[in-house]
Amino acid sequence: MSANFEDRSRNSYDNDDDDRGRGTGRGGRRMHRRRICRFCIEKVDIIDFKDLRLLQNFVPERGKILPRRISGNCAIHQRMLAEAIKRARNIALLPYSTD
Amino acid sequence: MAGLRQYEILFIVDPGADDDEVGKITETFKQIITDQGGTITRAETLGRRQLAYEILHKREGTFVDLEMEGSGKEIAELERRMRVNDRILRYLTVRMDEDRRRADKFKDRRARKAAKRPSTPGQPARRGTSDFASSDESYEA
Repeated sequence: MSANFEDRSRNSYDNDDDDRGRGTGRGGRRMHRRRICRFCIEKVDIIDFKDLRLLQNFVPERGKILPRRISGNCAIHQRMLAEAIKRARNIALLPYSTD
Repeated sequence: MAGLRQYEILFIVDPGADDDEVGKITETFKQIITDQGGTITRAETLGRRQLAYEILHKREGTFVDLEMEGSGKEIAELERRMRVNDRILRYLTVRMDEDRRRADKFKDRRARKAAKRPSTPGQPARRGTSDFASSDESYEA
């Protein structure tokens, strides 16, 4: 499993076009971010939709849900998070959109 | 399903209502639930706070949070009453027991894995890169 994981990551570097995603290039911020799911590390099993302090970390300025490719969340937790954010929106704890 | 269902009900009361009125409204709803055969497990007034967007031209409201246990039939009546009541700006009912069961399953699996790992011989390499292995595993959990 772990070997597989390494392989995959190396491949994706090879396929990258020259500058984008390289640590040295302009897009450096993308590359250095390690894929780590915050919720897995903290062993979160339920994401409460009332926990605004937590949810707000994943709702940027515009009010959209931060994609997994940026936050590094695992699929399971991203799904829970998205559900929680949508519930919070419904009950006016979070905005649907802001401009 | 034979087991009791758990629900969380969060609703927003009109900002024009004072504490007494909020209390009274909450009591009425609790009454409705118990009349229908449900039990209240938690009731909490979260207080007045700003709404993220306008509802009926109101910018704030009082949030009340209830947790109940029951067959699920209570919810129908409760939601009907909340819809009709014009002091209630918005309500949200969420079923909790399924999520909690799922959380218990996760916890269980984690506990089993933790119990198993030290006794499994012959994989020192993987243990060496413990940082990696642990993150790898929690992805599955």
